[in-house]
Amino acid sequence: MGSLMLTKRMALVGDALGHVALPGMGLALLLGLDVSFGAFFFLLLGIFLIWLFEIRTSLPTEALVGVIFVASLATGFLIVPKPELLEALFGDISEVSFGMAIASVVFSILIFLVINRIYPRMILANISNDLAKSQGIKIKKQNFIYLLSIAAMVALGVKIVGSLLVGALVIIPAATSRNLSKNLKEYSLGGVVLGILSCFLGGLLFKLTGLPAGPLIILTSTLFFLISLIFKPR
Amino acid sequence: MEKGIILKVENLNVELGGEKILENLSFEVKEGEVLIILGPNGSGKTVLLKALLGILPIRGKIEWKPGIKISYVPQRLPFIKDIPMSVKEFFDLKNVSGKESEDILKSIGLGKNILEKKIGDLSSGQFQRILVGWALISNPQVLLFDEPMTGIDISGQESIYELLEKLRKERNLTILLVTHDLSIVYKLATNCLCLNKKMLCYSAPKELTSERLSQLYGGEIKFYQHSHE
Repeated sequence: MGSLMLTKRMALVGDALGHVALPGMGLALLLGLDVSFGAFFFLLLGIFLIWLFEIRTSLPTEALVGVIFVASLATGFLIVPKPELLEALFGDISEVSFGMAIASVVFSILIFLVINRIYPRMILANISNDLAKSQGIKIKKQNFIYLLSIAAMVALGVKIVGSLLVGALVIIPAATSRNLSKNLKEYSLGGVVLGILSCFLGGLLFKLTGLPAGPLIILTSTLFFLISLIFKPR
Repeated sequence: MEKGIILKVENLNVELGGEKILENLSFEVKEGEVLIILGPNGSGKTVLLKALLGILPIRGKIEWKPGIKISYVPQRLPFIKDIPMSVKEFFDLKNVSGKESEDILKSIGLGKNILEKKIGDLSSGQFQRILVGWALISNPQVLLFDEPMTGIDISGQESIYELLEKLRKERNLTILLVTHDLSIVYKLATNCLCLNKKMLCYSAPKELTSERLSQLYGGEIKFYQHSHE
């Protein structure tokens, strides 16, 4: 998914959608529901609005997303109950129950399968909208599935890394992978492997230091990225 | 549809963003023909190709021979070099079999080892050939080219001409080629359509007069044809 976001120059969308999740998380917390549900619901709303605006206006996605996300961030900040604010913004791994963890794995695999399925069509559409259209690819439909998958990922990820960092969860491993890969297969799978590795090592560091897992995972991810810059083939 | 006619366009009008891009175009293309669509930048040539592909809203009539397969080679693919992708993976986006890949590589004059190469590492000439190869997957009868010579040096251009001629004969293709380069007209075209929003001429290249060209490009134009014997 991260590899698609980078090629589509939608790296910011991950971040933005994380922010969009915030008011949803706040509402969920106020109502005593699981934050992921609240996040997902608000994300669906946000995506629908972006999709709608894109059809109505000719503004590029990034501009629209920019408007929606700052508004969401401001709103979210007002809604989320004060004691849970830091947790909402940066995640709290200790709040994740075993049941929720298993559910996350299951959903992640589902997202992986969906992205795998739409991958060739999305890549072609990213290379050239016209080529994809001439091949009979329904770009709007593919885009919608893709955005939905991002929403699901964000809803799952906010628990661990919070709404501010969730975009980086998939983007940084993808950027690292891009520096190191020679072809699509390496690029897409590399992102998955690096993502898993970052989470694992970040989690380990959390166990050892007691510092919040979310930022540790992102920093581990960033470290891999910096290393990849050194090994990037000229 | 008349026998031998592969495309019939009647009173084609295309409007984008409130602006008239194409006005009242009517022409026919015969099977096996090479139609060059000639015109200055901004004349609507790319829009014409997209309209013919059926990916733009139009007014008027575009009629292709039923069951015809059309392939499109766009002018620029600016984002392709950003993505780590091998040539093989690019071909696979169209679900091509190994055998067909081999045949196509032979047709475009490239060796099998190009398949593992990263698209971003190809020279502009190789890249252009790969795009042509991509268009040939699943055996189209018609190829639509948008400015295939963009970014290629003169000697590279020569070989692309030869390639197109060769492919045309080999696979009995009909080719519609958009360009603003006059020299291609004389080398390849069976017919030439001058476009500057409106259709300013539609004739064999021999009949392309200096007046027509001036009208097309808006200025004094003289065309000298000299041979290199």
